[in-house]
Amino acid sequence: MSAPLIEVKDLTKIYPSRDGNGTLALDRVSFDVKEGEFISIVGRSGCGKSTLLKILSGLLDHTRGDVTLKGRPIDGPDEEIGVVFQSPVLLPWRTVTQNVLFPNQIRRNLTPEIRARAKTLLETVGLGEFGDKYPRELSGGMQQRAGIVRALVQNPALLLMDEPFGALDAMTREQMNLEVLRIWSQSKKTVIFVTHSIVESVFLSDRVFVMTPRPGRLAEIIDIDLPRPRTLDMINSDAFGRFTGRIRTLLDSEGDLGG
Amino acid sequence: MSELAPQTPDPALTLASPPKWRERGMSLAIFLILLGTWWAVTNLGSVPAYVVPKPQDVARWLWVGFTAPLSHPTSLWYHTGVTMWEAFLGFVIGSVLGIVMGFGLARWETAERVLYPYVVAFQALPKVAIAPLFVVWFGFGIEGKVLIVVIITFFPLLVNSIAGYHAVEPERIDLARVCGASEFQTFWHIILPSAAPFIFAGLHMAAVISLLGAIVGEFVGARAGLGLLLLQYNNAMQMGGVFAILIVLGALGFILNYAMQKLEAWLSY
Repeated sequence: MSAPLIEVKDLTKIYPSRDGNGTLALDRVSFDVKEGEFISIVGRSGCGKSTLLKILSGLLDHTRGDVTLKGRPIDGPDEEIGVVFQSPVLLPWRTVTQNVLFPNQIRRNLTPEIRARAKTLLETVGLGEFGDKYPRELSGGMQQRAGIVRALVQNPALLLMDEPFGALDAMTREQMNLEVLRIWSQSKKTVIFVTHSIVESVFLSDRVFVMTPRPGRLAEIIDIDLPRPRTLDMINSDAFGRFTGRIRTLLDSEGDLGG
Repeated sequence: MSELAPQTPDPALTLASPPKWRERGMSLAIFLILLGTWWAVTNLGSVPAYVVPKPQDVARWLWVGFTAPLSHPTSLWYHTGVTMWEAFLGFVIGSVLGIVMGFGLARWETAERVLYPYVVAFQALPKVAIAPLFVVWFGFGIEGKVLIVVIITFFPLLVNSIAGYHAVEPERIDLARVCGASEFQTFWHIILPSAAPFIFAGLHMAAVISLLGAIVGEFVGARAGLGLLLLQYNNAMQMGGVFAILIVLGALGFILNYAMQKLEAWLSY
């Protein structure tokens, strides 16, 4: 348990640009993530948080630096990494169960155990009755829960979530946050959660990575030592307010500098 | 709560939809009025039969045409069969070519950019203008007609396949990549079904215009087919025969349209 699950060292990403100088999206970002941690990355748009997540999920290559999972470099999609997207990305011509099993169908490992696991997971998120329904018959929150189950079926070591609840209404969002914490505490997965909601980041995480734009930098890592399990009334506590205030100050000051 | 449980349906709470039989009845009434007017003008008025035939004459033409033996030169079954075969063959070949080339161009962006000006230029050309040329090249057989149908059905499928390919949500592609999908798997499981509504819209259009292509091809020069027969009747001033063929063509177009609609509804998600 001592060696970190993920090690990121001096990660730099430069997008090619027309003037030949390139656009610096990530500037020497370094951090470690331990197994079982819940990490949130928070920042304004353009701070590189989505770029960072895309690199971690193996969808995007990086320019310089090292990114490793369990000591081996991440240089492409990895079975040990589950990804939850901004929108649920359920395929409308497949039932919920078929959607959830899609990654395993692609990897040609649709075993009876996997099917049973998918069924159990759907039940734990309250979708047990909906396996044979089509995505359009589900509400937005239910669709995103199916999206989370799809990422979990293969039992990944790391779960990457890219602003998964941005499109949901505030009340559904709170419900989903509690749901994610419940799944996380039961499965003991490592989670990296990208969000632009400061409250969400503090509520969910062990540590919050605050990123600032132009160029994308990791400004500060904030330890959230609020007790677990977290409850919604903690959001109104003084301790909680101090964390959100601290993060807001960091984001505001850098935002002014960036113009 | 008991007073809210409706024992008998409350008319104020019943979702009303206009009765279907009334709309159907109105459609039928319009048809009968048109038919009646037609009958009155041609039977009681002074419109000559070489301008507008009497409805009963057209009905007789249809009856005689469809009861004549297949080998007979005026058999409507035979000529309808020839035209439909040309349209069908052309539709299948043109659609398949259009879909394959459309996805090919969309997949290889350089090819799309290099070839698209030609596609646009060729699409802007009224394709039926090529029909006389095909008579010279391929003669009076069905090959030239099939080729015209191929050309005119090719474009809706080409354009719609390209549009369908580009309309696939990028996140769906990301999903496939995260799962380690091969290029073929991505195409088969994500791109093809995502683009299906576009392709069906193209097929729908192609099915209807395939008939147009076959008829125009036959006008220009053919040995058989409804277009040829129509032209012969027209030249002989036999308006009853012309109207009979127009009714057959109208019915074929209607059936094709209806069949494609049903197919689309059945296969859509």
